[in-house]
Amino acid sequence: MKNSNILKDGNSIEFKTGAWRARTPSHSKEKCKNCMMCVPFCPEACIKQEDNILVGIDLDYCKGCGVCSKVCPFGAIEMKDNND
Amino acid sequence: MPYSLKEVVKKQNRLVSGHRMCAGCGAPVTINAVLRALKEEDNAVVASATGCLEVSTCIYPYTSWKNVSFIHSAFECASATLSGVETAYNSLKKQGKLSKDKETKFIAFGGDGGTLDIGLQSLSGAMERRHNITYVCYDNGAYMNTGTQRSSSTPHYADTTTSPAGKVTQGKVQPRKDLTEIMVKHNLPYVAQTALFGNLKDIYEKAEKAIYTDGPTYISALSPCPRGWGYPSEDLAAVSKLAVDTCFWPLYEIENGVYRVTYKPAKKLPVEEFLKTQKRFRHLFKEENKGLIEEIQQEVDKKWEYLLMMEEVTNKQKEE
Amino acid sequence: MSIRERLSGNEAVATAMKQINPDVVAAYPITPSTEIPQYFSNFVANGSVTTEFVPVESEHSAISACIGASAAGSRVMSATSSQGLALMFEMLYIASGLRLPIVLIVANRALSAPINIHNDHSDSMGVRDAGFIQLYCESNQEAYDNTVMAVKIAEKAKLPVMVCYDGFITSHSVENITLMENEEIQKFVGTYKPEEYLLDETRNISMGPLDMQKYYYEHRKDIADGMREAKVIIEEVSEEFAKVTGRKYDLYEKYKLDDAEIGIVVLNSTAGTAKDVVDSLREKNIKAGLLKPRAFRPLPYNELPNELKHLKALAILDKSDSVNGYCGPLFSEITSAMYSSGINVKTVNYIYGLGGFDVKADDILEVYNNLQEIAKTGKVDKTTYYLGLEDGGEK
Repeated sequence: MKNSNILKDGNSIEFKTGAWRARTPSHSKEKCKNCMMCVPFCPEACIKQEDNILVGIDLDYCKGCGVCSKVCPFGAIEMKDNND
Repeated sequence: MPYSLKEVVKKQNRLVSGHRMCAGCGAPVTINAVLRALKEEDNAVVASATGCLEVSTCIYPYTSWKNVSFIHSAFECASATLSGVETAYNSLKKQGKLSKDKETKFIAFGGDGGTLDIGLQSLSGAMERRHNITYVCYDNGAYMNTGTQRSSSTPHYADTTTSPAGKVTQGKVQPRKDLTEIMVKHNLPYVAQTALFGNLKDIYEKAEKAIYTDGPTYISALSPCPRGWGYPSEDLAAVSKLAVDTCFWPLYEIENGVYRVTYKPAKKLPVEEFLKTQKRFRHLFKEENKGLIEEIQQEVDKKWEYLLMMEEVTNKQKEE
Repeated sequence: MSIRERLSGNEAVATAMKQINPDVVAAYPITPSTEIPQYFSNFVANGSVTTEFVPVESEHSAISACIGASAAGSRVMSATSSQGLALMFEMLYIASGLRLPIVLIVANRALSAPINIHNDHSDSMGVRDAGFIQLYCESNQEAYDNTVMAVKIAEKAKLPVMVCYDGFITSHSVENITLMENEEIQKFVGTYKPEEYLLDETRNISMGPLDMQKYYYEHRKDIADGMREAKVIIEEVSEEFAKVTGRKYDLYEKYKLDDAEIGIVVLNSTAGTAKDVVDSLREKNIKAGLLKPRAFRPLPYNELPNELKHLKALAILDKSDSVNGYCGPLFSEITSAMYSSGINVKTVNYIYGLGGFDVKADDILEVYNNLQEIAKTGKVDKTTYYLGLEDGGEK
């Protein structure tokens, strides 16, 4: 039936928003204590963890807002200007 | 079982990547924090008022809503629309057309404009009719989707594009309308005010209570907006914390009329600490506007004392 | 088997709704349709229906709740009039835009200002472009029958349907009526099986997205095409209905029209008055006839002109005014259909009965007398008349 319903839930992952970034987070595995604070604070829900081990930040979607870098208690995420 | 950030982050995100909210927006963080309170196996239907959230998370052919069904109808009737969905659920369940063991929750999200202003009647009606729904207002203090126009929830003296700081008037002339208290007067089983604070324990526990309390429940959640408030996008957590630590945005809940302040700052900061981080209040730091900050401080203190008093009075009543 | 009864229009429609036993009814009181939520609340309270009733706080919320319930996958009905329908305006476009088969009963009543609780068609005419199928009914029998058919039409066409009948004249007047048996109706409407709905346990879906230009344009055409396809669906459902009840409905009713020389087009209860006038004229060998549209949305733009092309003079009666400085909506739509079909009949427009102003047989007779003049002289000196007003309208 032709209409405006969207039948595939969560299919916005097919739409990459990473190009919005003017700066990019870099996650340091050494400094990271896997405290998980950054994970729920990411507006894009694109910081991945597996069994409380921080896997990484999915740059396909990260818009470079920097929330994770500021919320991290251990300075394990640094924002770098894209054209640095 | 007590809140554990580590356990909670293992739960699925029901608002997934690929949406078009601004970088650093508080709304998607708030929505995921609330929806994380759903049991993994529970289904939900989410209704949204027109607003930043809706037009950024459901752009045909894409939807960011995962493991929940989503409906947007119009700006002022998320509550009425969702009350229709919930009524259909009751009807189909009674007829045995929906499986007995599956639980579906009904959650509406609206911005402050869509909730306190244009949507207030629809919200009040749905709550008064005791539909088993949870309404969450992600309150960013203005009509952000249309570019920061003032709403009834815009803070006193805040600069917006329709209550600008000028020579004659200094931002929004009226104090903020307090919807949380209006909802308390609807005698709901559960009302709460929360924010993105600390390790998100407050918002998770309140969302859980609201969703899993039978009957109509309401949550006001502070949802900072870097563009509309004028602060660097990375300061989402810091700005939220200042809003809470200055008691500009107190964290409290009301269960069947009994108040409980869920966070009392060890050191209550002057509201100035919160105001100075945002461009929308910059004009208040001019010499001639000094008195206005004092006025805001009095309003904050008055509300804070009211809450402490209500906590004491209503708990005593409960014990009697 | 059928049941002989005497019911008002509202009672008849409420009875149809009871026999249909929809999953959800959300309604708000407004004269003259109030009796429907009243009767229905009674059915709910006494368990003669299993419907969930939502006593909403406004008509805007009535249709919004209907949208939510229908989108969720349940069969939904409501009723309103006049200002209530006007308040629903925004949501009517959304109900049709989401292809939701909601059935909305409209007891037609004048629109403010000034406020007036009596009958005319300004309310349903005011939302004629909102994407609802619109069926117009002359009597309580037609209101009852169209309500039953509307459920099936809506669910097949995947478009909401408005069943319109005249406030007070039909809604509050008791007439003889033949009712169907409950089982007949239950069998006729069947159980609602939505394809895409929010409470589908096999998948989660999203409804009501933002569309950008291209998608929006395509989706809006889909909706308009849905209205085009609805014509055949109305005919099919009407045939099925005729098999069950013996009462045959087409897209419109012709009354002594085929051999007529002068004719009028008129909606709803006034057609009853006009038929008596046609009969009296026929007794005097004056070949008068009448056409009463049933479906106004979709407009049978092909069929109507062909039914009228043989007339020497035609009057189109509008119980609403487009306030375009020219004419009423029925006149503008039917004459434009005639024009596109290359059919040219001397046609005049009578705006009449606004706000429930009485329309007596003599008034209708005056129309036919004017048509006889036009037929004789072939001259139309004035296009728009206001029937029954001293100055006759156009200065």
